[in-house]
Amino acid sequence: MLLEVKNLRTEFKLKRGTVTAVDDISFTIDKGEILAIVGESGSGKSVTSLSIMGLLQKPGRVAGGEINFKSQDLNKMSQKELQKIRGNQISMIFQEPMTSLNPVWRIKDQIMENIMTHMNISKKDALARTVEMLDTVGIPSPAERANDYPHQMSGGMRQRVMTAMALSCDPELLIADEPTTALDVTIQAQILELLYRMREKFNMAVLLITHDLGVVSEAADRVIVMYCGKIVEEADVKSLFAQPLHPYTVGLLKSIPQIDDESDERLYMIKGMVPNPLNMPSGCSFSDRCDSCMDRCTKEVPKLQEINGHKVRCFLYEAKEGELNVK
Amino acid sequence: MLRYIIKRILMLIPVLIGVSIIVFLIMRVFSPDPAPIVLGQHATQASVDAWRQANGLNDPIYLQYFNFITGAITGDLGTSYYTKAPVLKEIFSRFPATIELALLAILLASVFGILIGVISAVKKNSIFDNAGMFLALIGVSMPIFWLGILLIIFFSGTLHWLPSSGRIDPLLQPASVTGFYLIDSLISGDMYAFRDAFEHLILPASALAMYSMAIIARMTRSSMLETLQQDYIRTARAKGISEGRVIGKHALRNGLIPIVTVIGLQLGSLLGGAVLTETVFSWPGIGAYTVACILKSDFPVVQGVVLLIATVFVLVNLMVDVIYAFLDPRIKYSKKEV
Repeated sequence: MLLEVKNLRTEFKLKRGTVTAVDDISFTIDKGEILAIVGESGSGKSVTSLSIMGLLQKPGRVAGGEINFKSQDLNKMSQKELQKIRGNQISMIFQEPMTSLNPVWRIKDQIMENIMTHMNISKKDALARTVEMLDTVGIPSPAERANDYPHQMSGGMRQRVMTAMALSCDPELLIADEPTTALDVTIQAQILELLYRMREKFNMAVLLITHDLGVVSEAADRVIVMYCGKIVEEADVKSLFAQPLHPYTVGLLKSIPQIDDESDERLYMIKGMVPNPLNMPSGCSFSDRCDSCMDRCTKEVPKLQEINGHKVRCFLYEAKEGELNVK
Repeated sequence: MLRYIIKRILMLIPVLIGVSIIVFLIMRVFSPDPAPIVLGQHATQASVDAWRQANGLNDPIYLQYFNFITGAITGDLGTSYYTKAPVLKEIFSRFPATIELALLAILLASVFGILIGVISAVKKNSIFDNAGMFLALIGVSMPIFWLGILLIIFFSGTLHWLPSSGRIDPLLQPASVTGFYLIDSLISGDMYAFRDAFEHLILPASALAMYSMAIIARMTRSSMLETLQQDYIRTARAKGISEGRVIGKHALRNGLIPIVTVIGLQLGSLLGGAVLTETVFSWPGIGAYTVACILKSDFPVVQGVVLLIATVFVLVNLMVDVIYAFLDPRIKYSKKEV
């Protein structure tokens, strides 16, 4: 087991109250595994990744839980110790390739900085490695493009550069926070393909954060569905798409337009909106939007139940003798 | 880039023509007749007329301007009504003092202003931030002559650490090569003179720096606060580099453009002469001298000084624009590279 997140809670202390952006979530990632976290905006998926990296900015803070990376709790480490791990053993690529690179430094300066921070090698070797990484991620004539500034590149190119930078120190875990969201569909496919290839090549684990179920079905081994800071469902990718359990997951899958759907029906929509984090519904946080909402759902918070590796947080199901029964 | 610089310098010509027309008209419309001031209150009407005739003040105003501008093109700005010395010589005997003062002041202002601004932004809403911004508030609101007097009373009067006025001990004055005492004393190898000149500079430069420092500190703070929110700062942190490097290499470099702009504007106005500071510290610079010449209706000197200040201002701004291109690779001035 490479990363084990245990009962992580992340809070934002605001003037109007405390928002629990990540509420008691636990999951693990093995070496070489691609785990996807899906959820809509505000579900806490990005905050989860920033919590792991120790990059939360005030007023956010990890309020509890453990983040064990190779059996060391990242949450207990000082910023100095974390700096040794960030960009080295765990690295990250972000959603906005257009703004995530520093506009005033050359591509090579930015990648070499990462390499030379963590590896004890000469400038010349760092440059050679930079060019090699740019080549690996599919940048044509990498030696020349290394001298470019970010504004001389397209969004897809910049995301490749970000990926090259993130992979430059052979990380064991790559956190990809919506790596394809800002890109065209064709470029999306290329970047996903690249992540896949890199995983194979370096046996690196990937925590893929996305709101795009298409991306999940294509890339992930295992999926966690998050809603309002909680894990509502977790399963391997096949069973999630074949047999979604939680009404939220069902809703998400139903609201994807199908290209071969010839009926004239309106596309399904989950009713309502994500609740205000300062004003959550009592009981299950999805209760006010759920088609199958029962009395009990508005009073008690359901627990995450697990059967055969498929976990779900819903009163519709009851774990009994190794099988998940619909009530 | 070179083409751009040449173009900008050529654009100085219309600016100078405009400025010269305005100052020329203002002096002749709003200033009292210089003749009685030069000749004294008991001068006869005949001698006043003769003086006006001799100095071309009886010509039609367009002819006066034409004579002035043709002279100016050949480098002849006329002579002072009072000292009879050429205006250029008058100006250049005082301008180095102003440059020396302005450069040291802007250096102090930039170093401390940026330092305070960066600390305030990084430690936003902390005690450092509040103290820094309080200091900046004092800096922009405190009258400079009052600050100057306080500095003199304390450092010169009470502590006897630093001289209160002048540029240098007259006995130590170095042979004039450049007119900059710090440079001249180094050229002549006279370290006592260098030290003395430097000590004379400290108080007026500090007083003068206070306001600019406050402006620079506030601009740095707001610019850095914005830059620190950018996505690439998060990327830099995700690389595992130290926070000092994140701020110095990634944030400050990006935040420098508005800061450099403000520094340029401040330097431009400081080079125009700091009348109050020069008066309080008896600093023989261009500012106080110009004011005296305005009051005495010394037309040629005032015209010459204003043209010089306009030129300096334009050049400083050009310098700022050139620095932009070095700071931010996205800024390009020549068409070819776009």
